[in-house]
Amino acid sequence: MEHTELLTDWSRAQFALTALYHWLFVPLTLGLTFIVAIMETIYVKTGDTKWKETTKFWMGLLAINFAIGLATGIIMEFEFGTNWSNYSWIVGDIFGAPLAIEGLMAFFLESTFFAVMFFGWNKVSKKTHLVSTWLVAVGSNLSALWILIANGWMQNPVGMKFNPDTARHEMVDFWALVFNPNAVSKFLHTISSGYVLASLFVIGISAWYLIKKRDTQFARRSIIVASSFGLITSLFLLTTGDESAHQVALNQPMKLAAMEGLYDGEERAGIVAFGLLDQTKEIGDEKDPFHFSFEIPGALSFLGYHDLNAFVPGIDNLIEGSEKYGLISVKEKMKRGKIAVASLAAYKRYKKQNNMPEAQKALKAFEANQKYMGYGYLKKPEDAVPNVALSFYSFHIMVGLGTWFLVLFAMSLYLSMINEMHKKKWFLYLALLTMPLAWVAQEAGWIVAEAGRQPWAIQDLLPVGMASSNISTTSVMITFWLFAVLFTALLIAEVKIMLKQIKIGPEGH
Amino acid sequence: MFDLLTLQEYWWFLVSVIGALFVFMTFVQGGQMLLYTLGKTEDERDLLVNSLGRKWELTFTALVMFGGALFAAFPLFYAVSFGGAYFVWMAILFCFIIQAVAYEYRKKPDNFYGERFYETLLYINGSLGIFLIGVALGTLFTGGNFTVNEYNLSQWTLPSYGLEALLNPFNVAFGLMLVFLARVQGALYFFNNLNEPTITARIKKVVTVNFVMFLVLFLYVLATILFSDGYVYDPNTGVVSIESMKFLHSFLAMPLLLVILLVGVLTLLFGIFIALIKNSTKAIWFSGLGTVLTVTILMLILGVNNSVYYPSLADLQSSLTIENSSGSFYTLSVMSVVSLLVPVVLGYIIYFWRKMDTTKITIDEIKSDPHHY
Repeated sequence: MEHTELLTDWSRAQFALTALYHWLFVPLTLGLTFIVAIMETIYVKTGDTKWKETTKFWMGLLAINFAIGLATGIIMEFEFGTNWSNYSWIVGDIFGAPLAIEGLMAFFLESTFFAVMFFGWNKVSKKTHLVSTWLVAVGSNLSALWILIANGWMQNPVGMKFNPDTARHEMVDFWALVFNPNAVSKFLHTISSGYVLASLFVIGISAWYLIKKRDTQFARRSIIVASSFGLITSLFLLTTGDESAHQVALNQPMKLAAMEGLYDGEERAGIVAFGLLDQTKEIGDEKDPFHFSFEIPGALSFLGYHDLNAFVPGIDNLIEGSEKYGLISVKEKMKRGKIAVASLAAYKRYKKQNNMPEAQKALKAFEANQKYMGYGYLKKPEDAVPNVALSFYSFHIMVGLGTWFLVLFAMSLYLSMINEMHKKKWFLYLALLTMPLAWVAQEAGWIVAEAGRQPWAIQDLLPVGMASSNISTTSVMITFWLFAVLFTALLIAEVKIMLKQIKIGPEGH
Repeated sequence: MFDLLTLQEYWWFLVSVIGALFVFMTFVQGGQMLLYTLGKTEDERDLLVNSLGRKWELTFTALVMFGGALFAAFPLFYAVSFGGAYFVWMAILFCFIIQAVAYEYRKKPDNFYGERFYETLLYINGSLGIFLIGVALGTLFTGGNFTVNEYNLSQWTLPSYGLEALLNPFNVAFGLMLVFLARVQGALYFFNNLNEPTITARIKKVVTVNFVMFLVLFLYVLATILFSDGYVYDPNTGVVSIESMKFLHSFLAMPLLLVILLVGVLTLLFGIFIALIKNSTKAIWFSGLGTVLTVTILMLILGVNNSVYYPSLADLQSSLTIENSSGSFYTLSVMSVVSLLVPVVLGYIIYFWRKMDTTKITIDEIKSDPHHY
């Protein structure tokens, strides 16, 4: 059942829209829950009620963010069914499990203890309250764990076997899913990015108070916690980012090539620190992909394969194949994929006719080629290449900003340690202006991960064109616009409420 | 240790229980519909909202869990129904998206749309949201217009993508039944949770009126389920056929389920009785338990005794049964181990529920809490 490209595009657009909106709120929750928990711990340890006020203020902002995170989150789970129903069948046996576990292990933890955290100040003991706050943090991060296990599996499918009778992939090794290296690095990278964003959020808002010369004690307290937390976690972000890139190199070489705008692969491949892509560049031509670029030699080989001299295949190599480096051309993969698809159909046909010997033969042919099954649905080799500009720029924006955040945290921690921060106006403005960039980096990161995965819903096995629901494009267009309007309306309310609460400040709370 | 069919039945049972717990938790939605019926002043409405505000996320999560359990255990249903009855499910989701922000934003300064707007969102979530869920659950009995091909890929055959379910009186009755049940439960929850005599004085009338409406619809729904044609499959060939009074036969074949159903209905009635006659604030626990038992059995009966739980009106043989739509043996086994967490989760929810609700909420308490909704 091949879908029209228009349907696929709209289905993807809707998923991208809802996911990008959802992701405006999730990382702040991931990080702020921990920051709030740390603050409350200081309060419980010291008994200083100033820390309680600090905790409560940030908790108030967390609640505003949390609510809209839930609102935009419920759709994500159900959208797999509503808009990706073929996907839901073909891989639901594997993909559904982590989602269900997420609900059971994480969502109930969050929802139960969120209520205790907010309304339980006078209803449960101090210690129980503190534990509840920590459990909200654990719950939201556990939720990230399971959804990223699911996402990691899409990027690097492991622990399953295709069942030709049910025509789907079935799970055979749950632990392979859980410890999928791609999932592990993705989880760690994502949660640490949330911690970094939340730290920038706290520092940015506190900087604003310092600029306005109000709530200064509160702001300085908050900055100390956030800078320390931010510095530690952004170091962690850097290491997990390195590991994520390594995983991409191993399992999704085409994605890595697109992220770097690398067409012509090389040994000792460099990383483009910055560059401007030539939009007229075509796959396989001799043009330089960049108008200009500045490269760090060997860095990509090292990042991807932890070896300065490793060969990093480019887009052209991956399309054309290379005997020297053991790369199969996309054309050949498509040929094998088509054999797999046809053999599966033959198997089904013979089985229906009760012709078991022929069915077995067809099954053998299928199994020999099923690794490339997804390629059987591609129309031309170029379809195997994601959008290079989108992947390249998103990746570089993410990395560039991440590096800057690390520097900012170091500066902010140093300045607050020597008690100079409130005097350095330029730094306060810098911190304030950096805050929104945290969201830019977050969204860019997901664009790299998901747009860079194209054309695959499941790497090499299922292209997005095969994965969506068999509904009319108009239906998806209708819901797309409904989502766009509703989420924008909610976002406006959220931002206005948030800004108002910040203006009211901890004193007026 | 267990065979595939046992696991499929176990998971259908779990899905039924989660569905039933969700229906119980819709007292939150019921309460949302009663904000202006029970609350005549702003303070009173604030109290009602805050009383529900401590629970709404659990209902929301139960719905998500219901979806998650279906996805993991019966992925073909997930694909067929969600991807086919597209507009019904999307409408339900929109009704729940708007709920999540309404509590938090309703009283916040600078909330852009004003308090009444967010109260309207709560009302839509309570009424339309629950009604549509009822309609969707009704289609498990009445069927949907879908086909499933030999690759188990599915397609809806009507361009109304699920909205046609609204034309079926049984589905509509099912939806309305859940709405009135939610309103009864919402009123009883307030009875239990609040200490504000002006509000509680209004509760009995609400319970009476809504309960009568519920009862009429419930009897119609139950009679239809018992005496209408049902769909059955041959366990050896998987061939689906129509059998008259299928579910009555199932109940007679499994009298235990019939007994539990009766116990459920009686417990529900008992809850209403002690609320109205004895002013018992504990009524919700009986009506709640009754609701859970009744809904569990009504869901369970769909999946056992070779019944079809999601008939196809477009192609009988495309109909879904717990056997042809489930996850693999391995996945169901893994998920069964995970399901051992269910009692743990229920345990801490109940523990903290009691802890948070030891004293009843008053308007004064809400006013003194700067974090209130």
